[in-house]
Amino acid sequence: MTDRSHSPRNPIVGTAQGFGVTFKQIFKKPITQQYPEYKRPLYPRWRGRHRLWRHENGLEKCVGCSLCAAACPADCIRVVPAENTPDNRVSAGERYARIYEINMSRCIFCGYCELACPFDAITLGNEFEISEYARDDLIYTKDMLLAEPIKQVPVADPELYDTPIPYYKTHS
Amino acid sequence: MREAWWISIIKGFVLINVVLGAFAYMTLVERKFMGRMQLRYGPNRAGPYGLLQPIADLVKLIRKESFFPASGVDILYIASPVVAAFTALLAFAVIPFGGGWTIFGHYVAGQMADVPIALILLFALGSLGIYGFIVGGWASNSKYALLGSMRTCAQMVSYEVSLALSVLGVVLMAQSLSLTEIVAKQHATIWFAIPQLLGLLIFFVSGSAETNRAPFDLPEAEQELVAGYHTEYSGMRWGLFQMAEYINLITLSALCVTLFFGGWHGPFLPGPLWFVLKLIPILFVFIWMRTTLPRLRYDQLMRFGWKVLLPLATLNAVVTAFLVVLVD
Repeated sequence: MTDRSHSPRNPIVGTAQGFGVTFKQIFKKPITQQYPEYKRPLYPRWRGRHRLWRHENGLEKCVGCSLCAAACPADCIRVVPAENTPDNRVSAGERYARIYEINMSRCIFCGYCELACPFDAITLGNEFEISEYARDDLIYTKDMLLAEPIKQVPVADPELYDTPIPYYKTHS
Repeated sequence: MREAWWISIIKGFVLINVVLGAFAYMTLVERKFMGRMQLRYGPNRAGPYGLLQPIADLVKLIRKESFFPASGVDILYIASPVVAAFTALLAFAVIPFGGGWTIFGHYVAGQMADVPIALILLFALGSLGIYGFIVGGWASNSKYALLGSMRTCAQMVSYEVSLALSVLGVVLMAQSLSLTEIVAKQHATIWFAIPQLLGLLIFFVSGSAETNRAPFDLPEAEQELVAGYHTEYSGMRWGLFQMAEYINLITLSALCVTLFFGGWHGPFLPGPLWFVLKLIPILFVFIWMRTTLPRLRYDQLMRFGWKVLLPLATLNAVVTAFLVVLVD
């Protein structure tokens, strides 16, 4: 037997109660967040637009190994490596990424590129407002990825909202 | 007293625009109230408080491509939304909204057409309007539209019977089919909502089924039928169907005011204002019902219509007839 103590047996009473519930809602404040005016702080580990990083001495972290492109399930990363020469030293390793493109219209923001990268050269940032009017504009070049993102979004305090460090990371 | 023909034309033009405006803002008010009842804001982007939303919707619908199914029957496909909207608008002509006035020596009647059989005319127009829905669904040559229009057909035919029977009590009490005389009779005695409470309830329930409102919106049950009879319609043709539905709702509420709540009569304020004041709560109850009640299953709908509403309406009519004879 299911517990029916809270549901009235009389269908007329039940219907009237239902009408009461909907009528009461009119006077409550809606829970809608008005998006463009109010931007809710993002979860700290939100996976948004990618970012390429440099070392502190200005050299690029990316060595053009293409592991990110191999890991990408959406096949949206294109890397064309080139050798570093003493005259033209771009990255800290032997090679560097001459072309590094991410097609944002294909990217599914899974973060596998970030996991695959052996030098932490690529990370996923917090920006999510990256819509454009043309598809070509969604192909991000290396310069765009290396630069600071134009649109900054509020991020919630990691102390308050981030998940605790998993057990297997602290006990292994 | 008869009014001049040019006054009728002006009045018709004004009335049709008022009804269309009421339809446009009815959609906004409904969305606003439904939003509030579901802890949302409803449309609030177009203009202050979303007041320009109906105009934005209209512009969008007019500019949208009027898609046309290649295998559809073209004449019927185009004609049916027109038929639906036309009969819906026409039905409003017999509703009295005032007692008639004399302005600068010219007589202006309180309704478009004072027909002695106004009630029968209303039901006839309602039945004609159903052709728009049925033929439109059939002419689309789509299975969802056909299923939707079959449901519309079955539902409207079933509930029209109890709708007409629920009104019979009022007709017996007023001893007239003319809406002006029914209003006058209520002014002389009492609102028919009190002696005909059962009739009012049956009228309301079968009326909401007749206008395809939730919880009787089976003809366009979007979870099963995509959109019912207007699945293949888009743009302003779809808009005409939507218009027909909302104007039918407004007409039905106006009829409810006229038959059960004393029509336009009321103290102090002028007739049309009282009419609108009585109309608003009824429309609100329709919106309220839509947010509250879940949709009926098809067999429940048919069982409720034929086994509950129809016997009740018949009983109501028979008992009223006996009482009217006894009192007289």
